[in-house]
Amino acid sequence: MKKDEVPQDKSRTYGGESKLMYAVDNDGKYTGVASSGWEVETYATVAAVEALEAQRNAALLRGKAGETSPLEYHMFDKRMDMATLTSSTGYGAWRVKRHLKPKIFNALPDSKLAPYCEAMGIDLQTLKSLPDADTDTPKANS
Amino acid sequence: MTQFEHRQSAHCESGVVANLVSASGVPMSEPMAFGLSSSLIFAYLPMVKMAGMPLIAYRMLPGSIMKGSAKAMNANWQSETFSNADEGMAALDRALDAGKSVGLQTSIYWLPYVPEDMRFHFNAHNLVVSHKEGDEYVVSDPVFPELKRTDAASLKKARFVKGVMAPKGRMYQLLEAPNNINYEKAIPAAIERNRKLMKAPMVPMVGTKGIRYMGRQIQKLAKDPTKSDYLKQYLGHIVRMQEEIGTGGAGFRFIYAAFLKESAEMLNSKLLAEAGDAMTDAGDEWRRFALNATKMCRGRKDMDADALYDLLDVCAKKEQAVWDMLKGVKTAI
Repeated sequence: MKKDEVPQDKSRTYGGESKLMYAVDNDGKYTGVASSGWEVETYATVAAVEALEAQRNAALLRGKAGETSPLEYHMFDKRMDMATLTSSTGYGAWRVKRHLKPKIFNALPDSKLAPYCEAMGIDLQTLKSLPDADTDTPKANS
Repeated sequence: MTQFEHRQSAHCESGVVANLVSASGVPMSEPMAFGLSSSLIFAYLPMVKMAGMPLIAYRMLPGSIMKGSAKAMNANWQSETFSNADEGMAALDRALDAGKSVGLQTSIYWLPYVPEDMRFHFNAHNLVVSHKEGDEYVVSDPVFPELKRTDAASLKKARFVKGVMAPKGRMYQLLEAPNNINYEKAIPAAIERNRKLMKAPMVPMVGTKGIRYMGRQIQKLAKDPTKSDYLKQYLGHIVRMQEEIGTGGAGFRFIYAAFLKESAEMLNSKLLAEAGDAMTDAGDEWRRFALNATKMCRGRKDMDADALYDLLDVCAKKEQAVWDMLKGVKTAI
């Protein structure tokens, strides 16, 4: 890639930052060039983020309907999946799956919920509840 | 010890190594640190899942850049982990009070300055804390252009997060400046090690064979009409692994080309210069693949798995040509 071919597509996923790329200058030497993003990369990132958001929004709707526990919503809201959640809490997958059932989740003592709070960086009250806004994007990581 | 200087890098681990070695008084570029570590690879690992997708790696495991380059440079890193988070934070403060710049392994998700869409649960991120100002830590995070700041609570969370590749508060420092790096020996030896890795004769999903294997997976998925959504996600995943995760472009191929070109000048070698240009060609092919795959996902081109396979086949051929060229590099230089 030539220096002047380094994409500067001002990617919204970079949050105003730039990334360093390596490219060839006019003398055939390599040099570091700051890139504001490449459309191709942005598309892939946005698609992955949107897939996670769709899962989260579906979990919110099902949570409101009492079909799943709030844990599922918070898992996706923190960009986690089963594998991340099990490895960061120490709970086995079968146990996390049990905790996704509203009846079982609601009966859990706070001590059993503590590992989730710790892994997700949220308090008990937040973990036990669902936000009001339905499909709008409630901001994670406050 | 010279003053620690923040330099933006393509990749966190090679950036931290290059910046800390440079701060010790031995100038070191990021491509040189990466090249000396022999960490370039292609590996398709279906048994390791990332968000339900196979792991596609363009470089060796986290930690290998530091370890591999230390061997080549004869550098001595002191590294420690902590079972107690408060102890780990106190140890960091003591080192900073002593005027040292300290390397840390952290989660990238919990660092407060990371933009929303760059956050994911990856626990082998690397950064340098250069000093403390009041209660804030001043962070040289090599993937960002400027210095960053973080509060103690966020840094503690990022250092002591649990899970896969948990950092356990790992902090590291260079014990002394690596002196007398013998580049005439270290460079050809590093290239030869990397050449053997890429050949991987016994492993079908590593090296150039792995690139074609991935191409066949794409063809297989495209034959199943019920999997057309999954195919798009899968292609997007490949592009992200190749471009998004701090690779300097084309899955570290451009960094490695930069290493070959820098080495060529240093050792006055025509062979290395030609190999560097050939690696640039291979990198350009990877970018072409990403561009075409994305166009097909977006519906700007018809989905054509055979065409994608052909593009990957060209990547594999071009990479093979580089390593064939570099056969016998130890005696040629």
